[in-house]
Amino acid sequence: MVLAVYTLTHRELVRFFRQRNRVIGALGQPIIFWLLFGAGLRGSFNRDLAGGTSYMEFFVPGVVAMILLFTAIFSTISIIEDRREGFLQSVLVAPVSRASLVLGKLIGGMCLAVIQGVIFMLLAVVAQGLEMDPLKAASLFGAMCLISFSLTGLGFLIAWRCESTQGFHAIMSVFLFPMWLLSGAFFPVTAETPTWLAWVVTLNPMTYGVALLRHALYLGSGRLDGVNGPSAGLALGISAAFALAMFVCAQAVSARRVQGDLQ
Amino acid sequence: MSAETLSAPPSTTTAAGLAAEVDGLSFRYKERAALDGVRFSVGKGEIFGLLGPNGSGKTTLFRILSTLIPPQQGTARIFGKDVKAETEAVRREIGVVFQAPSLDKKLTAAENLRHQGHLYGLGGAELSKRIGEMLSRVGMRDRANDLTEKMSGGQRRRVELAKGLLHRPKLMLLDEPSTGLDPGARRDLMTYLKELSERDGVTSLLTTHLMEEAEQCSRLAVMREGKLVALDTPEALKATIGGHVVTIKMKDPQGAAVRLGARLQIKPQVVDETIRVEHPDGHRFVAQVVEAFPGEIDSISVSKPTLEDVFVHLTGHRFWEAKDEGAEPAKKKH
Repeated sequence: MVLAVYTLTHRELVRFFRQRNRVIGALGQPIIFWLLFGAGLRGSFNRDLAGGTSYMEFFVPGVVAMILLFTAIFSTISIIEDRREGFLQSVLVAPVSRASLVLGKLIGGMCLAVIQGVIFMLLAVVAQGLEMDPLKAASLFGAMCLISFSLTGLGFLIAWRCESTQGFHAIMSVFLFPMWLLSGAFFPVTAETPTWLAWVVTLNPMTYGVALLRHALYLGSGRLDGVNGPSAGLALGISAAFALAMFVCAQAVSARRVQGDLQ
Repeated sequence: MSAETLSAPPSTTTAAGLAAEVDGLSFRYKERAALDGVRFSVGKGEIFGLLGPNGSGKTTLFRILSTLIPPQQGTARIFGKDVKAETEAVRREIGVVFQAPSLDKKLTAAENLRHQGHLYGLGGAELSKRIGEMLSRVGMRDRANDLTEKMSGGQRRRVELAKGLLHRPKLMLLDEPSTGLDPGARRDLMTYLKELSERDGVTSLLTTHLMEEAEQCSRLAVMREGKLVALDTPEALKATIGGHVVTIKMKDPQGAAVRLGARLQIKPQVVDETIRVEHPDGHRFVAQVVEAFPGEIDSISVSKPTLEDVFVHLTGHRFWEAKDEGAEPAKKKH
């Protein structure tokens, strides 16, 4: 099983890096977002609501979340491609369990997302002069892994049943932006936020991922004390539960046959 | 041909030595029956062909045997193991070559095989050795490090075959293996399957709609609309039609066939506006027909029976026309 998971993960990475335009797209867009929004919204941002950070700094975990979200979910497009190009059928008749197949994809997507998250984080640390120590770095890394694993799982659930990449893009464009915008990545939730919006944010699993990144970034500094948002423990608990749930669901859905397999 | 002869196991092997056996196999896509009570068995070392037009159910049968879909009714066994209950064990015994390519185009031939090997639990030096061996066997060793997207259809097919053979399966399942191959490459493929059978005792089961490919099989199962209509060696199948097949083109083929039948005491079939007669002595018969209906015949030809004639003989339909009324929905193109 380990060998099967390893080989499927490895293939995912090789495939990705051989398609150079995907690498550029995945990292370029969030950086542009960060620079443009960061610069444009700087003046209208109330520092006190976010532990005294500038908007550029506040936005860093949000951009990391965006990178993870987009890379992880779009990595699962490879499922649709594999099905269409025929590669998937040879995996389906190989003596490997569906759990291996799912883990291979999820870990593959996770690696891709985390690699890019780390690259951006290094950039942000240098550009913003953020404080960094090994413990912070390790917990940031762990948070990124957890978040991208579950997001790849979410992508898997949707991609498994999609018959075309266009369909997948359509579903995802409806899903992804609200999920990211309403996660505390783009703006902090405060007492003035409308109740319905606050509820959406509370129910969005991504909220806890962003909070987890924020807590990891300021680990031990106490800068988030008194700032509105989920506690570190809650963020970790919900993120872990979300990851587990996505894995279980992805495995269940992969046991189903899809119309595309019968064509 | 009776149901009894259809289900008879191959004479060369005993029941214990069967590579594959299906019994009472049925499968439906919604309201359409793709397979309807199919029963046959394949002996070890055979090159067994499933011949039928598109929609005859042969691809569905292939999918069941390759464990892609479980049977809805009846059983299918590979080397005595049930495809539904012992799926994992069956998967280790079979090498599958799909009609649609299954190679990852972004990977090289060697990388494709390496991943395949890992999926079958192979690794390390042993795997590297086998990859080299298999690529040599299909004549692709010098292309090992080329991306498969840069290869021709025939070359990819060969890598595909190497991929299926990598874990040394005892049964190769091939779905329309000659799709996209030129005639030379097709012959190579059949030669290679025969070599595998003779040297390593590997059984091959392939689906085909090509008569020339079917001719090369040790035994053939002829399928139509989900049913097995004949099962025998290609020679024996052709021998069921004695002598010759005479095809006649005349105006008003239906009426002409009736007159022909009455005049010459024969039973002509009309298939696709053409009158078709099986006759022990075709040449003499042609002379009789021409004499009996002077000036009415547009064309007349006499030939030895082909497998296509066998198909027409068994079903009363032309092979190629049967696909339009196939048992599977039209969108399931094979």
